[in-house]
Amino acid sequence: MPWRDLVKTRAAMDGMAIERAIARIAHEILERNKGTDKLVLLGIPTRGYHLALRLQKKIEEIEKVTVPSGAVDATLYRDDLGIKKTQPSLKKMDIPISIDGKVIVMVDDVLYTGRTIRAAMNALMDFGRPLAIKLAVLVDRGHRELPIKADYIGKNIPTSAREGVKLHLEEVDGVNEVVVTEED
Amino acid sequence: MRLKRKDLLGIEELEKSEIEQLLSTAESFKEVSAREIKKVPTLRGKTVINLFYEPSTRTRTSFEIAAKRMSADAVNISVSTSSVSKGETLKDTAKNLEAMRPDCIVVRHSSSGTPQMLSKYVSCSVVNAGDGAHEHPSQALLDMLTVKEKKGRIDGLKLSIIGDITHSRVARSNIYGFTKLGAEVTVCGPPTMIPPGMERLGCRVTTDMNEALRGADVIMMLRIQMERQKESLFPSVREYSRLYGLDDAKLKGAKDDVIILHPGPINRGVEISSEVADGPYSLILDQVTNGVAVRMAIFYMLLGGTREEAQLK
Repeated sequence: MPWRDLVKTRAAMDGMAIERAIARIAHEILERNKGTDKLVLLGIPTRGYHLALRLQKKIEEIEKVTVPSGAVDATLYRDDLGIKKTQPSLKKMDIPISIDGKVIVMVDDVLYTGRTIRAAMNALMDFGRPLAIKLAVLVDRGHRELPIKADYIGKNIPTSAREGVKLHLEEVDGVNEVVVTEED
Repeated sequence: MRLKRKDLLGIEELEKSEIEQLLSTAESFKEVSAREIKKVPTLRGKTVINLFYEPSTRTRTSFEIAAKRMSADAVNISVSTSSVSKGETLKDTAKNLEAMRPDCIVVRHSSSGTPQMLSKYVSCSVVNAGDGAHEHPSQALLDMLTVKEKKGRIDGLKLSIIGDITHSRVARSNIYGFTKLGAEVTVCGPPTMIPPGMERLGCRVTTDMNEALRGADVIMMLRIQMERQKESLFPSVREYSRLYGLDDAKLKGAKDDVIILHPGPINRGVEISSEVADGPYSLILDQVTNGVAVRMAIFYMLLGGTREEAQLK
C-alpha cells in the first residue's frame, strides 16, 4: 500500500493474532452471558461491523446458534458535528430486531477517546431499552476522554497521542492486521 | 464530505459528485423516518425558517418534518399572515429574519432568482424551495433518489418529461440533474409549452407523446399549472388531456418496467388518469417519502460544519 511509504508504521497484530483475539472474546462473551440467551451483536461501521460478523460466526461455531447481529452508526449522535469543518459520511444503521430487554454487545475496532461509544449508546437508546449494553473492542489504545471502559478487549496497545492505530480487515482492506502509525 | 457552497440554489451549479453525495446521504436518512422514534439530535440548536411566498403543502411540510426529525427548530412563515401583506420588501423581510440569527432560510417565490438575491443579503444558508420557472432543486433530488432506488442506477436511463415545460421549474432542475448523472432526457409537450433552445440544456425535444413514451425507463408527468395559465396555451383542458394526458391506453406504448413520477399535486383526469396515478407503475407516494430524506440530507450537508467555514463559500 502506498501510504506505508509516507508514514512509519509498526505491526501490532497480524491476521492470526486477530483471529485468536476474536475467538477468545467469543468464549468470554458466552461465559459471562451464560450462553447466547438475549444476546445481540451490534458493530460500529465500518470495521466494527465486520468484527461483529466475525464474532457471530465464531459463536455459531462454538454454540451452533446464530446470534442476531447488525450495525449501529453513531454519526448522527456525534458531539463534534458543529465543530468539525466537514460533515462525516453517514454509515449503515441496521438494528435487526427489537433491542428491548436484550443484552447488546457493541463491537468496535479501536477504543480511544470513548466519544464514539458514547454517541453509539445514545443512538441505541433511541431504539429501545436494552437489558444491558456491553462493549467489545479489538484494540484498547488508552487516552480516554470519557468514563467508558470495554468489557472485552482483544489487546491493550499503549500508544502516545501522536500515534495512530489502524485495523485492516480482509473484508474492507484486503488484509488482516493492526498497525501503529507514527504521525506528526 | 461537504458541499462546496453555503446555499442550495439550484441543480445547475452543483457538481456531479455533490449530487451523488446528497443522494447517498439521503439514502441513509430514510432509516430515521422508519424508526419508532423518528428523531436524531444532529442539528440540535439550529433554526430553520420556511419562508413561502407561494402556496405549498408537500414541500413546506416536508422541509418542516425534515428539520424537526434532525432536532432543528422549524418556523413557518406564510405570506398571507406576514408583514409582506403590509408591503414589506423582500430585502427588509430577509434582513429582519437574519437579525433573529437563523441557520437556514428555505424560500419559495413566484419570481425566478429570489433565492439567489436573498442569499446575498443573509449570512445563513439559503435553500431554494422553488423559484418561479427557474429551479426546484430538492424536488429534482428526490426524483433522482426515487429513480435510483427503483432502477439501481441513473446512468444510461431514458427519462421523458411530459407537460408544460416552459413554466416548470421541476423540469429544469431534473434536466440538469439527470443529464449530469448520465441519463438521456427527452422533453415533450404542446409546442406552445416548450421554450425555444431546450436542446442547449442537453435534452431531446418532441411534441409527439407516443414518441416520448416509447423506450422510456422513467416517465415524469408535470402538473398543468392553472395558476400560471395567464394566456391560454392550449384550446381546452379536454384537448390537452386527450393529447398529453397519461392514461392506460397511452401507457401500452411504454416499456414493461417503466416507472411514473409526478411532482404533485396531481390534476386527476388532466395530465394523469386516476388508474395510472394509483396504478402499479406509479411512484408518486414514494417520491413524497423520499422528499423528507432528501431534505434531511440537504440540512445535514449545509448546516453542519462551522459557521465561519460555511461563510467562506
